[in-house]
Order: sequence, then C-alpha cells, then structure tokens
Amino acid sequence: MSQVEQKPKENQQEKVVIDACHTYYKQLNDKVHFVVNNGASIVELRNVNGQRYIANAVKKKVTIYIYGTPGNNLASFMDGAEVYVFGNAQEQVANTMNGGKVVIYGNASDVVGYGMRGGKVFIRGDVGYRVGIHMKEYKHQIPAIVVGGTTGDFLGEYMAGGILLILGLNCNDPEQLVGDWTGTGMHGGMIITRRFPIPEHKLGREPVQVELNESDKRKIEQLVREFSNDFELNAEEILKAPFYKYIPLTHRPYGNLYAPQP
Amino acid sequence: MPFPGNKSLIQPKFRQVINKELCRRCKRCILSCGFGALKFENGVVGIAEKCVACHRCVNVCPEGAITIQFSELSYRPHSYWRPDIIEELYCQAETGGVVLASMGNEREFRSYFDHIVIDACQVTNPSIDPLREPMELRTFIGRKPDKIEVEKTHDNHYKLKTKLPRNVVLDTPIIFGGMSLGSISLQAQKALAMAAQRCGILMNSGEGGLHKELHPYAEHIIVQCASGRFGVNREYLERSAMIEIKIGQGAKPGIGGHLPGEKVTAPISETRMIPIGTDALSPAPHHDIYSIEDLRQLIFSLKEATRYEKPVCVKISAVHNVAAIASGITRAGADAIYIDGFRGGTGAAPKTVRDNVGIPIELALAAVDDQLRREGIRNQVSLIAAGGIRTAGDMIKAIGLGADAVAICTAALIALGCHMCQQCHTGNCSWGIATQRPELTRRLDPEWGAERLVNLVNAWSYELKEVLGLLGVNAVESFRGNRERLRGVGLNEVELRILGIKHAGE
Repeated sequence: MSQVEQKPKENQQEKVVIDACHTYYKQLNDKVHFVVNNGASIVELRNVNGQRYIANAVKKKVTIYIYGTPGNNLASFMDGAEVYVFGNAQEQVANTMNGGKVVIYGNASDVVGYGMRGGKVFIRGDVGYRVGIHMKEYKHQIPAIVVGGTTGDFLGEYMAGGILLILGLNCNDPEQLVGDWTGTGMHGGMIITRRFPIPEHKLGREPVQVELNESDKRKIEQLVREFSNDFELNAEEILKAPFYKYIPLTHRPYGNLYAPQP
Repeated sequence: MPFPGNKSLIQPKFRQVINKELCRRCKRCILSCGFGALKFENGVVGIAEKCVACHRCVNVCPEGAITIQFSELSYRPHSYWRPDIIEELYCQAETGGVVLASMGNEREFRSYFDHIVIDACQVTNPSIDPLREPMELRTFIGRKPDKIEVEKTHDNHYKLKTKLPRNVVLDTPIIFGGMSLGSISLQAQKALAMAAQRCGILMNSGEGGLHKELHPYAEHIIVQCASGRFGVNREYLERSAMIEIKIGQGAKPGIGGHLPGEKVTAPISETRMIPIGTDALSPAPHHDIYSIEDLRQLIFSLKEATRYEKPVCVKISAVHNVAAIASGITRAGADAIYIDGFRGGTGAAPKTVRDNVGIPIELALAAVDDQLRREGIRNQVSLIAAGGIRTAGDMIKAIGLGADAVAICTAALIALGCHMCQQCHTGNCSWGIATQRPELTRRLDPEWGAERLVNLVNAWSYELKEVLGLLGVNAVESFRGNRERLRGVGLNEVELRILGIKHAGE
C-alpha cells in the first residue's frame, strides 16, 4: 500500500471526506482502506466517476457515502461495511459479498450480488440482467436483495439461497416487472414479487409459485420497512399490494442426469 | 428398460478369485470393500459385478488369499465395435443418463512425453555431480519485472529501486493441483497440505472452500475462486499463498463442476457454506467473465480484496487456441497461468467430454511459451503445466518445453494409495481418498500419506537435480524453456515444429 509509510493523522476525525476527482481506482481505494484502517467510521467519497472496486473486502463497520457513479465491482467481497450510493451503480455490485449493506439511490446494472452470501443490497430503481446469480445461504447467513423497480432477464439464475424481493414500485405492467428466464437453474432460496405474479412464460424451468407463510410475511415486512426507511417511502402503502413467492421445485435439479461408467 | 428379471446386459469386468485353502475367514476383505463386492456365505464369496479392481481386499488379506482377474466375456472380435463401446451403449440404453467417468482421458492418444528425449554432456562440456555441487531448484511463481533498476545509497551501497511484484517461492518446481474437499476426503487434503508444508511447495484447495483443519497450512495453499464461488469470502482469500481463478479443467474443458447433493455432507456443507444435501453447481462460465477485459476485472478485484498481497493465477484447460488465450490472460494481469492438458484427472466428468475434448499438455505448453516469448511478455507470467505429469521424466520435459513448475494430482493420489480403479464419481473409494464415507476416509492416515508424498516429491527433486547435472546446468531456471536440449523421436514435422524441438540425430 502506497500510504503505509504515512503516519496516521493526529486526532483522526470520525468522518473523512475524500475527493475522488482525477484519482485512479487504485489510489482511491488505497486512501479508503488507509482511512478505514486508521479508525474513520464515516467515509465520504465525492466526485466518484467510475472508479472500480470501491469498498472491496472492507471488513470494518464503517459507513461509506458515495456521491457520483461508482464503477464495477462496488462492495465486492465486502464483509460488514455499509455503503450508500447517491447516484447509479454499474455492474457487479456486491460480487461475492459476505456481510454488510449496500444502498443505491438510483439504478444498478447487471449481475448484482453474484455469489452473495450475506448482507443486504437495496436498490431504489431498476436493475439489469442476472441479478442474484449464485446467491447462497448458510445457517444464519441469508442474503437479501430488494429492488424498488424492475429487473432484466435471468433474475436469480442458479440461485441457491437468500431472498430476492422485487417491488416494482413504478411498474404497472406485469410483463415489465421481471425479464425472461427468471429463476433458471434455481435450487434454493426464494424470489418474491410484489403486485404481479411472474407470467408463466417468463419463468425458468425450476421455480414454482407457492403460498407465503407467516415467516415469509414477517420477513417481507421487515425488509420493506427497512427499505422504505432508507429511501423515505411509505411502507404501509407498499405492503398493501399482494406478494407472490417462488421457490425451486427441488434442491437437486440435475439428480437424474448421470449414469456411472459401466 | 432393464432386461426381463431386472438384469443388466452389462457383464462384470473383474472377478475375485479366493483361495479357499489359504482363507482363514477373518472377513477383513468384506469390511474393507467400499463397493460391497464381497460377502460371507459359508466362506468369502465375490460379487463380480460390483468389483472394480481397486485391490483393497488383496492388500488387507493377511493370507494373500485373494487375486483379481479379468472376467471379460468374449465378444466376437471387431476392431471398431469394441466391448467397452458396446457396454457403454447398454448402459445408456438402460439408464438414459450421461455416462459419468473419473480420472483422466483413457484413450490411446500419443503421449508426446514418451517421444521426447533429453540431451546430456559428453567430453566437450562437463556435467555436474549434484551429490557434491549445489543445484538450485527454487522457483518463484509470479510476475517478473521487465527490467530492474538499482540505486546507489549515500554510503556507497547499492539497493534495488524497482518494486518487485509479489512472488511465491517453491523449493522445488512441483505443486499439488486443485482437488476439492468433496472430490477427495479431508484426510487426503490434509496429507497434501502437510506434505506441501514439509517440502516448501504449494497445494491447491480446489473449489469448495478451505476446511478449518487446513487453516494452519495457509501459507502453502492456493485457494480457488470458481464460478460457483463456494466457500469464497474475504477470509478465505486472505488465508492463502496465492489465489487461482478456475476457468477450466483439463478433464472437462468448457463444462462446469457439479457435486451431487448426496455428497454434500456436514463437513462439506460447512466449508462450501451451503446447506446439507443441496447440489453444488459450478457452471462453466463465470457470469462476470465474458472477455479478457472482464477477466482483468476479476483478477484486480481479487488483488484489491487482498490489497495486492497475493499473486493471482488463472487456470485454463488446454484447448485449440490456448496460446492466444494465454496471451490475453497475461495481458489481463495474471501472475501465473495453470494450463491443464487433456490427460488431467477429475472426480467426475461426462465420459464423452473427458475422452474427446482438449489437447495434450506438451503441445499446449510449447505453443503458449512460444507465443508469450514472441510477444515479449513471457517474463510477466509463470507457467504451471499439468494434466498427465506421471513421472519426474515428464516433469523435466515439461520444464524444458517452457513450464516454470508442474502440478500433479493423479500421481499424488497414487502416492496416497490410489489404484486407478477410476470410480471416484461413485464416492465409494476403498482407499479413503475419493470418498466422504467416514468409515472409509478414516483409513487414510494423513501422517502416513504426507510421508509418502514427501518421499515422492523428494525423489522427483533428486531426479531433476540428476538430469540438470547431466545437462551441465546448476539451476532449474537455466533449463526452463531450453528446447535445444530436447529432441523428438518418431515425431512428424508438424509435431516437431509445434514442440519447437529438433528430431533426434539433428
């Protein structure tokens, strides 16, 4: 790390503001890791313009505010921090994230939460393709992605655990809520849509619609309230609409595919 | 549909012959068979259709009363419709399934290693005796700078000005390749880790996380990040010597991994971080990599996650355009490339893929080394050759063809007692290697295994020193990619051109 030699500033302020203007991602991330490791509890990044890997593998309980547009792989491998993006995010937000929270006030692009296995991602707007792909859960680590708007194709592909909650707040057309091939290869976890069920022709082969149970309803309410709180929305209004739950038919989608060599 | 009476048309391959006079009915053979191929009915009786010729019973029998023989039915000879093909067709007709097989490609493709010979010093240049003179096998895996600069300090000393990229040191150019917990037992992984530590080399965790019992060996472990991201988190990445992005595997290029739910037992569930009994699916594509630029993104994501402390290796299988792909990987910022030839083993792969896809490591390695040299970027990356390295001879030839190090898997498992019965996919391994059944895995003592692996690595290292000595060089890097010291025997012009070697006699 280039800043290792630099002595920590005296009276390290709790909040550190970093101007990301004209800074390459490596230098920016060096700075972020440096201030985080030296005890900053709030980091504010201004003029962020496409720098990748912000908050990558940050394990401390810090809050990072991002003004502008962070680049790909925001919060990948992150393990406990909170990231707020006042703008849009690009691809692969929360790639293999282990814990913490990402809140995006705009839209996010493709592959949000690849292999994510803990924490929460809230997106106020829409998301692109392959959101929640390979998402996994283990014991108490149950990841959740809540999308305020609509999604692209292959939502929850190969999903093995966790919750994908699609609210469709500005969506009035059941055809627009999710894309094609939703839940294809899914073998764990659940996809929940609000207001509209997923049209049959947009579902992959694996997921089926089932009734919500009490624990699902509590979970949805909890997530919607937290989401509404972050984005200053009316939770009661959102919860009024019906919700639809999709789970995979089997945890063993390819159990009968093979025969041992004679 | 099975034959009437539920009988398969597939006939047993082997039969156990038990010498009733020698047998003292201790039943050890029955208990030791992972496949349930022996029973007791007024004496030990073999169930031929279940026997896979793993020889466990032969080895445990205190009286030497058991032998295994072929029990092939005589089919009318046909050079094209061979018995193995007929039986594969019966199998598919009976099950409708994809035929699953294990270990490497079993077909009789030409082994180029067997057609390469090594030069030696005679009269005009002296060879070196490795018993009495120092011989350097230490190998550094990772990116090397294009040039180094030194500066003079004020007290008239010189100091390195260039910041060297992070490299990993191997005391000898051998790595234990990626075999996940799931494909092999924890006992086998522990034996590999212990041996890696004692030999100053590396073992690869394979995809599927790192069991906590392996944590003490972290400095000798390459951790794998594959498409399913099983067990991958920040701690996993930090607990390693190097990180490997797995794109492909020699035994099954272009297809992914699939650990069936019944093998996802408690320890595997814990390391992979998925619930017990669910399928662990690692599809072929990483859905965040569709191009070299995307690969660069994952490489740097991993480097950022570890603050540039760990070199990142990319593992690919040897396929047709491997040289161009390797060039792209180098330019994407990888520190090492692991090339896995089509002889590479597997714990389970569709037989059609295992036996028909990919190219030999000898040709792939030579092509990659050539291309990277031509482009002037060979120093930016280390090459690890794998997929069919059987002996020290193969290793030495691979180094001569341009490898920085070789990775061995099948050879290491054989050191642990594997008898190549090729039934890894059944999970019944009687030797406690490719199984998760506790009554089988506990027969493999990691300490015993580690000792045997250390012996293997030491023997190969000594043989490597011996050959370096007869070549008249005293460091393995002086021989790396030195194809002038190799010759082909019985190879055609195209093969010689690709291998970059002359024919013997030239």
